Amino acid sequence: MSSPTSEQPLDIEAWRGIASEENSERTAAEATDKRSVARLRSRSMQLLGSLVRPHRRILALAVVLLLVQDVAAMAGPFLVQVGIDRGIPPLRDHHSYAVLLSVGVAFLTASGLGYLTKRAFLMLSGRIGQAILFDLRRRVYKHFQKLSLSFHERYTSGRMIARLTSDMDSISEMVDNGIDDLVLAGLNVISVAIILLFLDWPLALATLCSFPFLLWLSAWFRSQSARAYRRTRETVSLVIVHFVESLGGIRAVHAYRREPRNQEIFEAVNHEYKRANQRAFQLIAIFSPGIKLIGNVTIAVVLTYGGYRVLHGQAEIGVFAAFVLYLRKFFEPMQDLSMFYNSLQSATAALEKLAGVLDEKPDVAEPTSPHELTASRGELRFESVQFGYRADRLVLPELNLTLPAGQTVAVVGATGAGKTTIAKLVSRFYDPTAGRVTLDGVDLRDLAETDLRRAVVMVTQENFLFSGTVRENIAFGKPDATDAEIERAARAIGAHDFIAALPERYGTDVAKGGGRLSAGQRQLVAFARAFLADPAVLILDEATSSLDIPSERLVQRALRTILADRTAIVIAHRLSTVEIADRVLVLDAGIVVEDGTPAQLIDGDGRYADLHRQWEDSLV
Amino acid sequence: MIVMLVSAGLAVGASIVVPLVMQRVVDGPVRHHDQNGLIWFGLAALALGALEAFMVFLRRWTQSYASLSMEADVRDDLYAHMQKLPLTFHDRWQSGQLLSRAITDIGSLRRFLSFGVIYLIVNICQYAVVVVLLIRLYPPLGALVALSAVPLFLISRQFAKRFLRVSRQVQDAQGDLATYVEESAHGIRVVKAFGRRHHMFTRFTANADKVYQLAVQRARLDSRFAPLYELIPNLSLAVIIVVGAVAVVQGHMTLGQLVAFATLQMGLVWPVESLGWILASGQEAMTAADRIYDVFDTEPTVVDRPGAVDLRRDELRGAVRFSDVRFSYPGSDTPVLAGIDLDIAPGETMALVGVTGSGKTTAVSLVPRLYDVTGGRITIDGHDVRDCTLDSLRRNVATAFEEPILFSMSVRENLALGRPDATDDDLAEALRVAQADFVYELPWGLDTRVGEQGLSLSGGQRQRLALARAVVSRPKVLVLDDPLSALDVNTEALVEEALERVLAGTTALLVVHRPSTVALADRVALLEDGRITAVGTHSELLATVPSYRAVLSAEADDRPDLLPEGKGVAAR
Repeated sequence: MSSPTSEQPLDIEAWRGIASEENSERTAAEATDKRSVARLRSRSMQLLGSLVRPHRRILALAVVLLLVQDVAAMAGPFLVQVGIDRGIPPLRDHHSYAVLLSVGVAFLTASGLGYLTKRAFLMLSGRIGQAILFDLRRRVYKHFQKLSLSFHERYTSGRMIARLTSDMDSISEMVDNGIDDLVLAGLNVISVAIILLFLDWPLALATLCSFPFLLWLSAWFRSQSARAYRRTRETVSLVIVHFVESLGGIRAVHAYRREPRNQEIFEAVNHEYKRANQRAFQLIAIFSPGIKLIGNVTIAVVLTYGGYRVLHGQAEIGVFAAFVLYLRKFFEPMQDLSMFYNSLQSATAALEKLAGVLDEKPDVAEPTSPHELTASRGELRFESVQFGYRADRLVLPELNLTLPAGQTVAVVGATGAGKTTIAKLVSRFYDPTAGRVTLDGVDLRDLAETDLRRAVVMVTQENFLFSGTVRENIAFGKPDATDAEIERAARAIGAHDFIAALPERYGTDVAKGGGRLSAGQRQLVAFARAFLADPAVLILDEATSSLDIPSERLVQRALRTILADRTAIVIAHRLSTVEIADRVLVLDAGIVVEDGTPAQLIDGDGRYADLHRQWEDSLV
Repeated sequence: MIVMLVSAGLAVGASIVVPLVMQRVVDGPVRHHDQNGLIWFGLAALALGALEAFMVFLRRWTQSYASLSMEADVRDDLYAHMQKLPLTFHDRWQSGQLLSRAITDIGSLRRFLSFGVIYLIVNICQYAVVVVLLIRLYPPLGALVALSAVPLFLISRQFAKRFLRVSRQVQDAQGDLATYVEESAHGIRVVKAFGRRHHMFTRFTANADKVYQLAVQRARLDSRFAPLYELIPNLSLAVIIVVGAVAVVQGHMTLGQLVAFATLQMGLVWPVESLGWILASGQEAMTAADRIYDVFDTEPTVVDRPGAVDLRRDELRGAVRFSDVRFSYPGSDTPVLAGIDLDIAPGETMALVGVTGSGKTTAVSLVPRLYDVTGGRITIDGHDVRDCTLDSLRRNVATAFEEPILFSMSVRENLALGRPDATDDDLAEALRVAQADFVYELPWGLDTRVGEQGLSLSGGQRQRLALARAVVSRPKVLVLDDPLSALDVNTEALVEEALERVLAGTTALLVVHRPSTVALADRVALLEDGRITAVGTHSELLATVPSYRAVLSAEADDRPDLLPEGKGVAAR
């Protein structure tokens, strides 16, 4: 493969590299084969049902209002007919205004009623629509939070964002402008058909001949546009994924002049999105005039045939006029309805995507009948634990290990030796493929999430801070903490001094992603947050790498107190952190090759002794 | 656009003519029992109907190209503009707000332009044409229909004003929600580690509830105004029937004219009614445009000055000088850097040392102009960095960030970020320097995708790739921001050894936390309280500057009892 150059035309796939034989980023929620699509379709209908169910009473009321509104609207042409056929003759013959005036009054009443019911309906439907949207947002968000890390690693943050923003938008667009017109169209078809039959049945039968064509056209549009809109949902998430990732790494983008290439990629995915939309739009461009054509042909036929009937005295002229008016009332909104039908299709595609997410089961599932664990001692045990991220590559072949309560254990070893994997198993980000991990003798898989998280907390090198104040970020470890507790945690870890020097102290906004704080400061905040959580088992995964020596020294000193009465797993390449440990494990390819107190290992001639010597040399 | 308007106009024209045909049918063939005439009129109606449908097709088809191309173009431009905006902008703006502008707002703009605008113009034209026809049919009633536009106009003005305010609030709240979602997605590990999903969910609910409340408020406003658009044409229709019937009796109108009149007026109900939602979507589009312009109106501040010079690599020596450099973040009155003076000779390696939060990272970010100084200047070979073209500046200054940023793409693409024409040999050499040979053991070697959507690498691995990336671009000036913090001692020593060779011909600025890394530097500068307080070799400073010792010395007062058997001291 030749190296990419800027002159080369953009190959949308080449730059991305290979992730796996198949597309590993596709989770079941993103599957596009026929069977999955059919399954998602039915799931999305179930989802819709469950969303609507709580509102069924108000919805019934809304439908009644809509019916009244429809009747009021339908009364118009009928009253026109009455006015012409029954109002004019008495006026002409006897100068009697009675019929005409009552027609006028009836017309006014119908209009007023139409106004009131429409207003009430819009209010109700708006409320229900928004409530459904609110419910759906919450459900999807909650489910995302529940899904395991392995899912998130495959699904990626960009897609999650796409589901919760752009997909919700297309549903909300339909909720905002579509529902009543959609329902009204259905009502219209039925009520117009009935009225037409009632007015003049031979003419009505001629009209009804157009219905099969309408149905056929709609069915065609439905199946085609479902596919087209599914594609728009998929392409828009690619746009969002690239957008979020490239702007999230804007520092590197600027520093390495990545802008032109980013622009190329963005335009390419954006173009795909545009093409997907274009396909959908072209379908409407056929569907909508198609409806119009059917309507117009019908009107022309009715005009001729109706005229013929009037000519031969088989129909009254007023009936004929009303008939044509009804037809227009039927086809006119239907025309613009194609647009709403369109947003319905778009919303359905979005709903399918969301149903796909809700359909995902967490790999790390909550136990159905959890073992209660109120106060954990913190004894950890690995029993014949086997683990691999991929089936063909075991990270831990077989691990047997007991960490007594209160012990501080340092894990060292080369990159890829499985240190972080051990941490992830203890914090149950993953479940072992074989064997079990126990806390106080209880399998982690039998613990309720809240109990487990109260007992086990991990601090990583990532140090992600949420936007908000320093105080809020520390309180993340214990949301109901008082200000005094928060400050105590910060003091204990040695973060108080820098926080006190910030413009608004604990109330200072950490800005997006903690951008204003330095990496070291963020690490300190992350430490304080873990300290505040006060777990029985604390895992530190390279948690001091960004600290300068004075801060590290403070943290070191704090750790000795903090870790005194709890179990701790410390993963570090800096041996300064390791030295506070009671016990050191040296890991190689998932196997513990050395195990002992730091002093024992230093005096030996194993790897740790080597590492230690190198580290001491590095201090000079 | 012209095709669209013409086809829309013709379509409306055809739809207006149909009732007139009807009138002729009633007054002509039907009255005169003319069967042939009837068939001719039927055929005419058919032809008109087909024409109308064809025009609708034409309009929609062109419209789909026009509006979608517009949408894609605006989105491309917006993205380009966002990429151009400086870090200060990105620090300040919530990412979700940017996203909702790029996706949702541009979308609603397109929706309005593709449906709303056309309908607005077409409907108003239809209204005008119909009114003229009505006036010609029977002036008194026609005038009445024309007058009904007055209340419609007044209502629309009220509606527009109020709707604009609420819709901006809704869109802003949606942006906030998007921001929250984005954070939850990126911080998912922390949320999991602390088991805080219920807490996150509660806060999400609060955000979603705000959107809900505002959206309901918007729906309420809509429900108060939209039905009026239906009421008014219906009321005029009621009057038409009564007055029209009287007029027919008095002989001012024929029966056919009345039928046509009623039909035409009936045909107005829908266009007028739809004005309600057209206006609403118009308001939304206006808000969207406002929000998009918030971004477009932000001028990129870090840009090429007129007459900026190109730094040519072969002529560049790489002398970097900070002269009285000052910097404070926008909106903050505490300066991070309060006058730095520092001279780095070509080829020299200078380490920056200081406590956490002392501004080291900020100082080195100023060299490639990730931020611009707020006072003083930085020069390379005597050129103020602000007088150089950004492209040449950043080509010659490469940065490895402390937090390695890898994009979801192949290792090769990640490494060649700063130099797309790098050969595999160049990459191999850089990987050797950074001790990142592990990439060859990845399933697809250099083609393996890494980053969020690819293989996840450990912190140390990512840091080494970021370092290799900086080396690949063969810069004249290399900025390394604590580039070895996540490496173990063993690897660190190897990297340092290899780096030594690279640094020989390169001017380098290192941000350093550890004595072992300081060994790479020829000289060290101590950054305290926004100023450089000492410059010298590591051993000089260690011997003469107490505060330097405090920051960098592993030897601390409580050290001996921390180290088992006092080994740390013995090693000194």
